[in-house]
Amino acid sequence: MNWLVDFFGDPANWSGPDGIPVRLTEHLQFSTVALLLAMLVALPLGLWIGHTGRGALLVVLSANAARALPTLGLLVLVVLLAGLSTDLPVLIPLVALAVPPILVNTYEGVRGVDPDLRDAAYGMGLRGGQVLGRVLVPVALPLILLGLRLAAIQVVATATVAAFVGLGGLGRYVVDGFATNDYPRTLGGAVLVALLALLVQLVFVLIQRLLVSPGVRRRNAVR
Amino acid sequence: MREEPLVRWDWIGRNWPSIQSLLEDHVVMSLVPIVVGLLVALPLGLACVRWRGIYQPTMSLMNVTYSLPSLAVFVMLIPVTGLATRATVIVPLVFYSLAVLIPAVVDGLGSVPDHVRQSAVAMGFTPLRRLLLVELPIAVPVVLAGLRVAAVSSISLVSVGALVGRGGLGYLFIDGWQRQFYTPIIVGVVLVVLLAAIADALLVLAQRLLTPWSRARGTA
Repeated sequence: MNWLVDFFGDPANWSGPDGIPVRLTEHLQFSTVALLLAMLVALPLGLWIGHTGRGALLVVLSANAARALPTLGLLVLVVLLAGLSTDLPVLIPLVALAVPPILVNTYEGVRGVDPDLRDAAYGMGLRGGQVLGRVLVPVALPLILLGLRLAAIQVVATATVAAFVGLGGLGRYVVDGFATNDYPRTLGGAVLVALLALLVQLVFVLIQRLLVSPGVRRRNAVR
Repeated sequence: MREEPLVRWDWIGRNWPSIQSLLEDHVVMSLVPIVVGLLVALPLGLACVRWRGIYQPTMSLMNVTYSLPSLAVFVMLIPVTGLATRATVIVPLVFYSLAVLIPAVVDGLGSVPDHVRQSAVAMGFTPLRRLLLVELPIAVPVVLAGLRVAAVSSISLVSVGALVGRGGLGYLFIDGWQRQFYTPIIVGVVLVVLLAAIADALLVLAQRLLTPWSRARGTA
């Protein structure tokens, strides 16, 4: 506990370019951009594959690849290959690792909708797009949101590791503290990252409460 | 930068002994969490099925644990488990495995059809024999599906441990980064993915051996 007091009690850690507010903002900005980009790719693709049933193999392959690829190795390799001039190269692995959880859960969510429900919607005269938008998406929403939550958690964690290849954010404290044998700094950073992850989790639980129709039964996530 | 091939095979040849020891370390650190995870998840999963009330709280706790970034947990464990020890990496990975395996066990047991359970009761199976001889074998595919996810994730997560001094093959990423040298990084990525693929294939094989009836029926 003394370590934490050392870190959080030091006024130098609360201002300036290496202060907690700046690092937290960096972390949030980077994570948000990565998550939005991943959503832009994965949500439409997942909905389309789930709805049409075409390209399911792609979903399985991407999920397996994302689980097996080591985050740190991917970050180091991409950033070395692309060069360090900007933060953009770091976004590539960040987005690449966030796409599969969204893709898999969106796909599973849409595909898992009771076929009777789908048939009933068609029987009522809805067209393909309407069935997707008014029936499949609302029913699949718990799983879609779970995919987004898993992706968000993944992004926050990967952004922390990315401090090793020079990205800002809270991971800086962990990596810099470790490099200079400053354990209070490392620990302080780790605690902040953990708190941020819990906060993200909480935000998604709230979103889920707000958006998901109470009539929709909760189904299991695909990790 | 010098003109350099992406992979220098002579480097791999010269450093093979150290790569091999990193590989062994990696295997141990990813295997222990999976085995311990399964050994803990089975009784916990059974308890969750027996007492439905504890399932939700258990899963909430597991979800919270699962959401904590591995690097942060490794760092927070250092005062307890020591710097650059295997335990610092293994302990968090046990919890990540549990977060995947407990629901797998619960869903697996939930996948046992009611008429099968009732037939077993009618045939005079005691609850323990029914569990061991009927329910668990039927649960195998679902449990093994969870185990595959847990195994592949553990294998890739171990490498993050390199940032706190003990990450098996993850060390190659740090080494390659510090020297701006591609070969170790590529060797590390390839070996981690290869390990994950081997673990996955072994578990698929285990499922085929453990559930011969699913093959006879033509479903996997």
